[in-house]
Amino acid sequence: MSRNRAPLSRSGRRPIRVAAGLSAAMMLLSACGGMSDSTSQAAAEAGKDCASKTKVRVVLQWVAQAQFAGYYAAKEKGFYDKACLDVTIQEGGVNIVPQQVLSAGNAEFAVSHVTKTMVTREQGADLVNIGQEFQRGAYLQVAWADSGIKTLADLKGKRVGSWGYGNELTLFAAMRGSGVDPKKDAKIIQQPFDMSLLLKREVDAAQAKTFNEYAQLLETTNPKTGKLYQPSDFVAINLQDAGYQTLEDGIYAKESWLAKKENQETAAKFLKATYEGWGYCRDELAGCVDIVLKNGSALGKGHQTWMLNEVNKLIWPAEKGVGMMDKAAWDQTIDIAMKAGVLKARPPAGAYRTDLTKRALEELKAEGFDVTGESYRPETVTVTAGGK
Amino acid sequence: MPREPGRGGALVRRLTDPLGTLLVVAVLAGLWEGYKAFGRAVDDRILGIGLPVATDDLSMPHLWTIVGSLTAPARAGDTTSLAVYLVGETTVTLREALYGLAAGSLLGLALAVLFLHVTPVSKGLMPWLVASQTVPLVAIAPMIVIWGGKAGLPPWVAVTGIAAYLAFFPVTINSLRGLKSPPKVQLDFMRSVGAGRARVLWSLRFPAALPYVFAGLRLAATASVVGAIVGELSAGTGRGIGRAILTSAYYYSNGPEKLYAAVLVAAIAGILFVQVLALLERFALRHRHAR
Repeated sequence: MSRNRAPLSRSGRRPIRVAAGLSAAMMLLSACGGMSDSTSQAAAEAGKDCASKTKVRVVLQWVAQAQFAGYYAAKEKGFYDKACLDVTIQEGGVNIVPQQVLSAGNAEFAVSHVTKTMVTREQGADLVNIGQEFQRGAYLQVAWADSGIKTLADLKGKRVGSWGYGNELTLFAAMRGSGVDPKKDAKIIQQPFDMSLLLKREVDAAQAKTFNEYAQLLETTNPKTGKLYQPSDFVAINLQDAGYQTLEDGIYAKESWLAKKENQETAAKFLKATYEGWGYCRDELAGCVDIVLKNGSALGKGHQTWMLNEVNKLIWPAEKGVGMMDKAAWDQTIDIAMKAGVLKARPPAGAYRTDLTKRALEELKAEGFDVTGESYRPETVTVTAGGK
Repeated sequence: MPREPGRGGALVRRLTDPLGTLLVVAVLAGLWEGYKAFGRAVDDRILGIGLPVATDDLSMPHLWTIVGSLTAPARAGDTTSLAVYLVGETTVTLREALYGLAAGSLLGLALAVLFLHVTPVSKGLMPWLVASQTVPLVAIAPMIVIWGGKAGLPPWVAVTGIAAYLAFFPVTINSLRGLKSPPKVQLDFMRSVGAGRARVLWSLRFPAALPYVFAGLRLAATASVVGAIVGELSAGTGRGIGRAILTSAYYYSNGPEKLYAAVLVAAIAGILFVQVLALLERFALRHRHAR
């Protein structure tokens, strides 16, 4: 039998055929890069003496930005390769919770906050802090200068923005400490990532991090003056200065994974190289920003420079050495979480360990690396319109 | 040979189609700027009630600001314009969507053939397929990303999987209907000449189903692009227009026009993606004009 094809006008349709074929081919071939990551020349050079490399993955809390500069610098500058590590840096994203990725076994290391991770630990995951990079907190509560809000006590009866997801804990503890019950005395408003609620005056005070959202305000043009907003337009209440120091970005691993001797070895190497990365970012602000820009999607150079400078202030100087957990700060962070009822019980003594960081720091010291950064002085970064 | 109907008509259409498209764009642009100008004039309040969307530059940037941002450099110290950057990211997304569409369509077709021949399976599975499409994607996406990571696959595979997850359903539904479309008399004829199931499927049902399959594919194409973009939000790929949208949303108050620009590019890319399928369809169905 014949094929079921109508014998109508077989000619005169060639252009369509060509166009269809061409466009299909183009889509298949387009942008062959972009799905895998490349190795820099420095990195390839540094790793040439390794017999084999250990593959590890670290998952970040959010998209690539200067907040995670140390990891990118360690990779790009070949510090991971020098330690015979093949590190994959996994960016975070919407609904990606690093400590859960870690407990699911999809990464060997995760960057996370103490409180969030200890909550996950309480739920049964065996997560351990092995290095506390940010030894200082970065929470601000920002209000308009003309709002009359000058201290935390002034938040009484106001609309207070908060990000939630654990970011409210430090704020609420600080408010309670100033006699403002966040549940009764103020209206808490869920705040998106950016600062538009405050700019539109839909909240009286908004949460901001010193290294990110606060700069976003200063990078915004004031429609009334046509110039950028000035620090004097705002009141930035520093929760740390008010005595509410909580620990943010640190490095976590699984207890069961660390039970193996060779994995402890790997973890110590990873910490050493990462701290070296942070050291590079401390000493070479511009070079480190360039590395971040290379790895991040359409980030503004001005904003990332500000961010790195502020992040450096959270890490350096590190009195006892970069990444060393300060017991007092840990205890305070846990106290705040306990009082808020977020944690049912205090985490056991093994919830953080300093031996791996100590080992990393000793090796770094022997190589002449400045592990405390005592002489570190932050730079003065000028904000740019739109953070460009 | 019968003449192709309406050669002259086709020429007129070819001229008026772009005009119509331009007109729609102009009307939409007019509505945007008109609403904004109105809102500015009455200070976003009408009869004491606030307008649903604020019209200040932070909420609704001017169209020329949005288009202008596309030609401006994406960041200081780099000559790459935002448009070039966004298009580059979009190609990554479209490729994920294309792979997802291909995988999803094959799965969809296979399911349709299965459902056609094994009715109990169809009855038993169909509700689950419907359920699979009503589960919110934002809930599924992180799961697929985690599973993909466990299996040691690169993140883009998970994104492609999410695109395929959305793409297969319309193909299944439409193909099944198409496979059932041949009239009884034709089926009877096939049987009378001793054609087996496979023969009927290949020579009668498939050709008859083609227009339906393409209708399904068009739906699947838009769904796969949405799937790829949403998938990227949860996947640690770092590349793709979904990531660009996420970053511009994150830094929204720093440059609201960038978010609109990214969404605009994503939308145009989606249109082009479907248009390519439409071209393929015209090629595949080039011998059928009797409709």
